[in-house]
Amino acid sequence: MLDQIDMTKLIFGRLSWEAIPFHEPILLITFIGVLIGGVAVLGAVSYFRLWGPLWRDWITSIDHKKIGIMYVILGVVMLLRGFADALMMRAQQALSFGDSAGFLPPHHYDQIFTAHGVIMIFFVAMPLVTGLMNYVVPLQIGARDVAFPFLNNFSFWMTTFGAGLVMASLFVGEFARTGWLAYPPLSGILGSPDVGVDYYIWALQIAGVGTLLSGINLIATIVKMRAPGMNMMKMPVFTWTALCTNVLIVAAFPILTAVLGMLSLDRVFSTNFFTNDLGGNAMMYVNLIWIWGHPEVYILVLPAFGIFSEVVATFCGKRLFGYTSMVYATIVITILSYLVWLHHFFTMGSGASVNSFFGITTMIISIPTGAKIFNWLFTMYRGRIRYELPMLWTIGFMITFVIGGMTGVLLAVPPADFVLHNSLFLIAHFHNVIIGGVVFGMFAGINYWFPKAFGYKLDDFWGRCSFWFWVIGFWVAFTPLYVLGFMGVTRRLSHFDDPSLQIWFQIAAFGAVLIALGIASFIIQLVVSFLRRDKLRDTTGDPWGGRTLEWSTSSPPPDYNFAFTPRVHDNDAWADMKANGYTRPLEGFVPIHMPKNTGAGFIIAALSAVIGFALIWHMWLVAGLGFVALMAAIITHTFNYKRDYYISADDVVLTEANRTRLLDSHV
Amino acid sequence: MSEISHNSAATMDASPSSRYFVKEHHPENGTLLGFWMYLMSDCLIFACLFATYAVLGRNYAGGPTGAELFDLPLVAVNTSLLLLSSITYGFAMLEMQKQKVKTTLIWLAVTGLLGAGFIYLELYEFAHLIHEGAGPQRSGFLTSFFALVATHGLHVSFGIVWLVTLMFQINKHGLTPENGRRLMCLSMFWHFLDVVWIGVFTFVYLMGVLP
Amino acid sequence: MSAPQHQEHPSHAEKYGHQDGFDVHHHDHTADHGSLKSYTIGFVLAVILTAIPFWLVMGNVIEKSSTAGLVLLGLAVVQIVVHMIYFLHMNSKSEGGWTILALIFTIMVVVIMLAGSLWVMYHLNHNMMPGMSQDLIQEAVPGSMQNMQHNMPGMK
Repeated sequence: MLDQIDMTKLIFGRLSWEAIPFHEPILLITFIGVLIGGVAVLGAVSYFRLWGPLWRDWITSIDHKKIGIMYVILGVVMLLRGFADALMMRAQQALSFGDSAGFLPPHHYDQIFTAHGVIMIFFVAMPLVTGLMNYVVPLQIGARDVAFPFLNNFSFWMTTFGAGLVMASLFVGEFARTGWLAYPPLSGILGSPDVGVDYYIWALQIAGVGTLLSGINLIATIVKMRAPGMNMMKMPVFTWTALCTNVLIVAAFPILTAVLGMLSLDRVFSTNFFTNDLGGNAMMYVNLIWIWGHPEVYILVLPAFGIFSEVVATFCGKRLFGYTSMVYATIVITILSYLVWLHHFFTMGSGASVNSFFGITTMIISIPTGAKIFNWLFTMYRGRIRYELPMLWTIGFMITFVIGGMTGVLLAVPPADFVLHNSLFLIAHFHNVIIGGVVFGMFAGINYWFPKAFGYKLDDFWGRCSFWFWVIGFWVAFTPLYVLGFMGVTRRLSHFDDPSLQIWFQIAAFGAVLIALGIASFIIQLVVSFLRRDKLRDTTGDPWGGRTLEWSTSSPPPDYNFAFTPRVHDNDAWADMKANGYTRPLEGFVPIHMPKNTGAGFIIAALSAVIGFALIWHMWLVAGLGFVALMAAIITHTFNYKRDYYISADDVVLTEANRTRLLDSHV
Repeated sequence: MSEISHNSAATMDASPSSRYFVKEHHPENGTLLGFWMYLMSDCLIFACLFATYAVLGRNYAGGPTGAELFDLPLVAVNTSLLLLSSITYGFAMLEMQKQKVKTTLIWLAVTGLLGAGFIYLELYEFAHLIHEGAGPQRSGFLTSFFALVATHGLHVSFGIVWLVTLMFQINKHGLTPENGRRLMCLSMFWHFLDVVWIGVFTFVYLMGVLP
Repeated sequence: MSAPQHQEHPSHAEKYGHQDGFDVHHHDHTADHGSLKSYTIGFVLAVILTAIPFWLVMGNVIEKSSTAGLVLLGLAVVQIVVHMIYFLHMNSKSEGGWTILALIFTIMVVVIMLAGSLWVMYHLNHNMMPGMSQDLIQEAVPGSMQNMQHNMPGMK
C-alpha cells in the first residue's frame, strides 16, 4: 500500500525545480543581487557579532518602541520593492507602442502591477502607519507599553512573514496576475490555476492576523492605559485618530479574512462561492471585498490626518484649532466609511437607485475631511509658522490631497464614473490621495518623531531634496494620467496602439524618475544623518517645542518610558507642563514592572509562514505537521506564566541621573 | 547637581511639579476588553458568512434543497447539547468564584464532553450529506451552508482544545487571577458560540426548510 | 523604607497576579458574574425560545413562509438578548461602557453589511443575471425556477 503513495508528491506537492524562473533574466539578475546583498548583510552581522544582540534586543523585543521602529524599517524596505515595480511599469508603458512590445510580456507585467498594489497597501502603508502608532501612542498617553506586549511582537512578525511570502513569489513560482484585489472568476481555480493567487491569499491572511491583533491591542491600550487625568477629550488628536483607525481595523479586517478564506476554498476544494456556475456569484466577492476595502483606505489615511494635527500645532506654536470638531469629524468618518463601498463598482450594474444612494453618501463623507482641512488652516492663521521638514510635508499634503479629494468627489457622481471607472483617471485619483495623504503623512511623521526614537534629527538638506523631488515628481508623474484617463485610456495595459498617447507616458515616466530621486534622497538623508548624528543630536528630548507627552521623555526614551506616570490636567499636556514651570523629579524612584522579551512570537509566526508556503504548493504533509507544531507552540506559550520582571529602583536612578547630566551639560 | 537618591524626600511633594506625576501607577488590566474586541471581530467573520448564505442560500443549482436535506430532530438534539453546555460552563464559573478547583474542573469536563458530542453529531451530519451527494461542491447553497456551519464547528473545536488546556493549567497552578481571567475569556467565547448557533439554527436550518 | 534591590516584589506580585507583564489592580468591579438563579432563568428562557421555533417549523404551524420567517427571526433576536444578559452578563457599566459601545458599533456594521449586501446583490442579480429570478427577500417559488440555473452559460 505504501508504495502506492508517491512520497515526492506528498512532501513537495506541486513544488518542483520548474518553479524557479531560470529563464527570466530580470528575475535572475534580481535574485543574484538579493543573494549578494543578503550575504553581505548576514556576513556583516556575523562579523560584528551582532546575532546575539539582534535576537535579544530586537527580534524578541516586546518593547513598543523597538517594534514600532521595526515596522517602519519593514515599510521602507518594501517601499523600495514596490517602487521598483512602479518604475518597471512606467518604463514599459512609455516604450510599448505599436510594433514595440516593450520589455515586459503581459504575463510578467500583470504580476508586476498586482504586486505593486499589494505591496504598497499591505506591506508599505500599513506597516508605516502601524509602526508610527505603535511607537507614539503609548508615549502620548503616558503609558509604559501597549496592553498586550507579546501580541504586539507576534503581530509584527506575522506582518513581516506575510511580506516574506510575497517576496518569495519572485523566486519560487510566481505571483498573482489578477490586480491587487484578485477578483474571481479570474482568481478562481480555472482562471488562475497556478500558485500566484495562493501566494496572494496566504500572504494576506497571515499579515491580516497580525493587523487584526494589533488593532485589538491598540484599542485596549488607549481605553485602559491612559495616564490619570487624561480623559477622552484630553487625548492628543493623533491618539484619537489611532483609536478610530484601530476600531476600523477590528471591524473591517475580519471581512477580508472571511472573503479570502472563501476564495481559497473555491480554489482548493472546488466549492461554489464565486464560480460562474453551480450557483456561485462572483459579484458577491466584489461586494464583500469592498466592504473591507473602503474602511481600509480610511485606516491608511486617518493616522496621517492625526500626524498633520500634531505637526501643525507644534510648528505654528499654538493649540490646534477646533479640537472638538476634529474629534467628531474623525468619529463621523469612521462610521460613514461603512456606507460608501459601492462607489468602487458603480459600473457592475446595481442600477440607478443603489448607485444614487452610494454616490450621495460618498459625497457626504468628504465633508468631515473638509472640516479637518479648515481646522488646520485656522490653526496656521496667525500662528508663528516654522517651515521645518514636517511642516513642509504637511503643506505639500494639504495642496496635493485636497486636489486628489476633489477628483474623488468627481468620481462619486455615478454617470461620471461610468466614463472614468478603471481608466487612468481613477489611477491618478487614488495615487493622488494615497501619496498626498498617506505617504506625505508618513514622511512628516518620520521626520517629526525620528529625533525622539534615535536621539538625533534627520538632515535638513537631504530632507528638503527628498520633499521637493517627491512633490514635483508626483505631479509630473500623475497629471499625464489624469489627461490620459479623460481621453479614455484604460488601466493595467502593457501595450498601446495609438502613438499620440506616448508623450504623456514619457512625461509620467520622467515623473517616476523624479520620485525615485526623492526616495534616494530619503535614503541618503538617513545615512548622512547617522554620520552627522553628533551635530544633529537632540539632548533635551524636545527638539521641536512639542506639545504632547512624548516630548517630555529623553530622546530616545528609557525602556520604561516614564519614571513616574504623568498626571494630566489639560489638552496638550506637555505644553501645559512647560507653561506651568514643571521640572523633572530627581528622586523617589520606585521599581518599575516591565514585560519580558520572548521568542515565542517569532517562532509562532515563522511556523505560520511555513504552513502558508506548504498550502500554496499543496505540500499537505508539511502543512499538516506544521499545523501540529503550531498548536504545540501556542499551547506551550500559554503555559508560560512568568512573563515579567522589575527594573530596580537603582537602575531607574542611574538612568534618570544620566539624563540629568545630559540636560545640564547643554544648558 | 542635586544628590540623587531613591528615598522619598518631603520636599518633593511641595513642588508645583508634583501635580504632574504620580508615584505608582497600575494601569487597569485590558484582557477582558481585548478579548471582547476579538469576539466582535469574530462576529464580523460570521456576519460575512451569514451574508454569503443569505445571497447564495437559494442557489440549489438543480440539486437538493434544505427541505430535502435537513434532519431537524438531529439539529434539535445538537442545539440542546450546546445550550446545556452553556449552562454547565456557567456552573463552572460559579464554582470558580467560590474558588473550588475540583468542582470547577468537573463542570468544565462536562462542558467539554457536551461540546464534543455536538461536534460528533455535526460530523455525522456532514458525512451523511456528503455520502448523499450533497457535499459543499454541489451548489452555491451547499457551499455556503457548509462554510457557515463548519466554521462554527471549527470554533467549537478550538474552544474544546482551549478548555482542555485550561483544565491542565488550573490543575497545575490553581485558580489564580490569571487563570480566572482565562476562564472568563473562554466563558465569553463559549457563550458567543452559542449565540452564533442561535443564528445558525434559525436562519439556516429552520428557515431553510420553509418553502 | 528602602526599596528592594532586585527583581522580587513577591507580595505585590502574588496579590495582584500578572498578565502579559502588566499588573492587575482589581478585576473590574462593575463586571457581573452571575448567580445560580440568573443562569437558571436564562437557561429556562433559552429552552422555551428554542422549543417554540422548532415546534413552529416541524409542526407546519404558520401558513405563510414569510410570516414564519419573521417570527423565527424575532424569537432568535429575543433569545440572543437572553444569552447576552443571563450568560454573558452584559450591562452598560462593564469596562466603563466600552463593552456595550463596541457591541453597538459591531451590530451597526453587521446590519449595514447584511442589509446592504442583500439590497445590492438583489439589484445586481436582477440586472445582471437574467433568467435566475432570485428573490432574496421574499420566499422563492419552490423548485422549478431554480432548475433553469444550470442551463445558463457562465455570465459576466
